[in-house]
Amino acid sequence: MKNPLDSLGQTVTLGVVLTIIVVLLIHAIA
Amino acid sequence: MELVDFAWWNLCFRWLHVLSGIMWIGHLYYFNFTQTPTVPKIPAELRPAIPRFIMPEALWWFRWGAMSTIVFGLLLALMNGYLGQAIILGIGSHNAHVTNIGFGMWFGTIMWFNVWFIIWPKQQRVLGMVEATDDEKKRAARVAGLTSRVNTLLSVPMVYCMTGVHFY
Repeated sequence: MKNPLDSLGQTVTLGVVLTIIVVLLIHAIA
Repeated sequence: MELVDFAWWNLCFRWLHVLSGIMWIGHLYYFNFTQTPTVPKIPAELRPAIPRFIMPEALWWFRWGAMSTIVFGLLLALMNGYLGQAIILGIGSHNAHVTNIGFGMWFGTIMWFNVWFIIWPKQQRVLGMVEATDDEKKRAARVAGLTSRVNTLLSVPMVYCMTGVHFY
């Protein structure tokens, strides 16, 4: 399987997904 | 307002933190969005200019930008009294501001660690500043490249948290 980090587009998409997870976590914790 | 009171030092350190952060992440984005995709298109006879002239200079500003960013960031957190709470992500404090900045600080710290303890040592092998065989150089380039991509990924939520300080 190709590493998603080899693609700049997939790297940024994963960054956005992680951001959404963080937003949810901030609301869950606080 | 006194020129050199607490609020002014707070502003001054925030300003230096952001300036350093631009220097750091600006170079990170240059490596990932400009240099890496463009190198294969450069004629072979011109390519050695990148490791010989551009990389050593760019890596200097990149890693010291990272160092300066974390130093001023930690000073800011200390001055404003939330360092300890932010490290534990504000768990139990019901304070979204501290949880938000805590996440940002953790992402930034992981990225700083990656710069100083993975990317820079590996790049020293790639650039011939530290002795390495051709195989070791190839492996070092792959690890440095992937770690740089991890930092690009982490920069997205990190910048969200840093710019979210006035929202939460």
